[in-house]
Amino acid sequence: MATEPEIDPVTGTETTGHEWDGIKELNTPMPRWWIIIFWLTVIWSGLYYIVYPTFPGWKGIWDYTARKDVSVEMKEVQAGRAEWLNKLAAASIEDIGKDGELLAFAMAGGRAAFADNCAPCHGSGGAGGPGYPNLLDDDWIWGGTLENIQTTVTHGIRWAQDDDTRMSDMPRFGVDEMLDKSQISAVADHVLSLSGGGAAEGEGAEIFAENCAACHGESGQGNAELGAPRLSDAIWLYGGDKAAIVETITKARRGVMPSWGGRLDEVTIKQLAVYVHSLGGGQ
Amino acid sequence: MADEPMNALPPSRGGKNQAANAAGSDNQSLYADRVRIYPQKVEGAFRRFKWTALIVLLAIYYLAPWLRWDRGPGAPDQALLIDMPARRAYFFFIEIWPQEIYYLTGLLVLGAVGLFLVTSLFGRVWCAYSCPQTVWTDLFMWVERMVEGDRNARMRLDKGRWTAERIIKKITKHAIWVAIALLTGGAWVMYFTDAPTLIIDILNFQVSGAVLFFILMFTATTYLLAGIAREQLCVYMCPWPRFQAAMYDEDTLTVTYEDWRGEPRGKHKTGASWEDRGHCVDCLQCVNVCPTGIDIRDGSQLECIGCGLCIDACNRIMTRLDLPKGLIRLDTVSNQVARAEGKSAPFRLLRPRTIIYTGLLALVAAVMLFGLTTRSTLEVSLLRDRNPLFVTLSDGTIRNGYIFKIINRARADREFILTLDGIEDATIAVLGGSSGSGAAVFSTRPDQVETFRVFVTAPRQALAGESTDLSFVLKEDAMENGEDVVQGTVFLGPKQ
Repeated sequence: MATEPEIDPVTGTETTGHEWDGIKELNTPMPRWWIIIFWLTVIWSGLYYIVYPTFPGWKGIWDYTARKDVSVEMKEVQAGRAEWLNKLAAASIEDIGKDGELLAFAMAGGRAAFADNCAPCHGSGGAGGPGYPNLLDDDWIWGGTLENIQTTVTHGIRWAQDDDTRMSDMPRFGVDEMLDKSQISAVADHVLSLSGGGAAEGEGAEIFAENCAACHGESGQGNAELGAPRLSDAIWLYGGDKAAIVETITKARRGVMPSWGGRLDEVTIKQLAVYVHSLGGGQ
Repeated sequence: MADEPMNALPPSRGGKNQAANAAGSDNQSLYADRVRIYPQKVEGAFRRFKWTALIVLLAIYYLAPWLRWDRGPGAPDQALLIDMPARRAYFFFIEIWPQEIYYLTGLLVLGAVGLFLVTSLFGRVWCAYSCPQTVWTDLFMWVERMVEGDRNARMRLDKGRWTAERIIKKITKHAIWVAIALLTGGAWVMYFTDAPTLIIDILNFQVSGAVLFFILMFTATTYLLAGIAREQLCVYMCPWPRFQAAMYDEDTLTVTYEDWRGEPRGKHKTGASWEDRGHCVDCLQCVNVCPTGIDIRDGSQLECIGCGLCIDACNRIMTRLDLPKGLIRLDTVSNQVARAEGKSAPFRLLRPRTIIYTGLLALVAAVMLFGLTTRSTLEVSLLRDRNPLFVTLSDGTIRNGYIFKIINRARADREFILTLDGIEDATIAVLGGSSGSGAAVFSTRPDQVETFRVFVTAPRQALAGESTDLSFVLKEDAMENGEDVVQGTVFLGPKQ
């Protein structure tokens, strides 16, 4: 196949010396300048390995990382905000709302912190979902004042690592065989009827009075101090049909929210509380 | 390179190009070298008018930022000001917000139609007397003449060697040009910031980087365009000469050479007869004075800016020769045709196109005037929450959130009452304000956009379905017979 390179008579260019079925290829190599640039870029990329932290253990000859730049920039931003952050730290949470500019600053910070930390469970708009409370409505399991919200965010709910965490333990009436299936069904019917005033008599009412009323109240009005949800309203954290209520009574839900006191600083939590309070349900 | 004759470029390299050029060896460049123009000094009616226009326009340009206009406390008192950081434009009693940028559009439309009208009547008066390029070029040429002398002296200077005199003259000229350019750039910035403050800042070397940038940018453009580019801007860069022919007709005033009277041209000896020849003595005065360096005797052409300096030059020669003036004159084509036959045609101001342009001008002006006089000092905007669309409250009622903005353009505190229309028993609550009643009260500060978070709550049975029409009605508290601002929206709820 390979023959000697020859000069093509038509173009005057050398051929590669290859021939396929009488077809010859002209030898028109890459331009030299192109080749030079190609090799220069290869060498250039090698320099990157020396200059930058390219593999574990190697810090680059200038010890440069973009992360350091970011932390410097972040510090500058923090310094720029220092005046407002100090004001926030000094103000009591009730007083923040009285200073329009401080409130606007707290809201902006709260919005950002919410998107970073809370939105995965509570939704970007704060509307929650099954098992994750809607923060926009006026129903608060642990109270909806600024202070309540601040405490909840700081210590979390049923978060074992935090000694001051919000703790409420609804018994697992079904799993622990405290009530049998028919009793659970009866009390679930009673709970459902509470929204419309509730039946005073019957098996469900009796079981409710014996087992549930201590925390949830006689008419199911709930108790924010104990973290017992109100059962007489239109809002159901795990769904408002009978199956969901039966499941709740049988297994108890015991949802968990982390404590943010160790992860976020006090000022950020204040901002979060102000923001959440402003979403529409604050008390 | 620039000095080489254009057909002296080296022959192109490479085989393919050679084949393409094989047809001829006269390998022409696509670019013509610039022919330097040395306009000669001239005196006469048109020159006087051009001086007057120049002085008046420059005076307006440099003095207008200093006009004051009291707008009350807290507002700038500069009559003409475009305040970019505050997003306001002030024009005497008019104050424009960014949302009203259409006034600027109207102004541009007015300018364009006005230009069309003037051009179809009087030809290129804009180019001749009022275009900034013309005004500053004229000023720079005057400086050049003061420093380097008139046409012949300048041509000699440029042809000669680099003597000390030439160097000094060139340096002086460019220094004065740069100084004028610097003043021009400085004055431009004054339209965008408070002029007296800016002067003090400049004298204390305390201007911001942005101000310095714009001053230097406009200094550079003025120097380049008026000093260096000059007529090339009109001939090569400006689109206006290219399409203004569309505004021309046979009744448009144009700088015209009366070839029926001037030709055949030729030198004339004193006392010789004027029989069997034209009145043009081929003195080339019309060419020498032309700021764009053309020969008007070749007829109407794109390069002619219509300034009429050639008319002044020719009239002086005609007076000296005891011939009637106006061999070159500002005239219409129809009158020229008539005059060639010994008749005359009237100058017609009223023509279909001028009537249409005038009508358009009046229409746009009327719309602008109407817009400005009925301009509201109040504007509202309403934004519905989308995440979530609605919230169910513990008592089963439905709540929607809205962001309500009030733009208070008046320079006074104002109070407004917001009520709802469309859903029975709906209540309004405002974040940080009143709650749970049928109406909300807003107070707004002067010259501000105020944002309010509004919650509307309605019982489920009052809703028409998933989406119910709802109107926000805003009334100004103080005005009993003021107009309501109604903003329509919807109220969303669960499927029923």
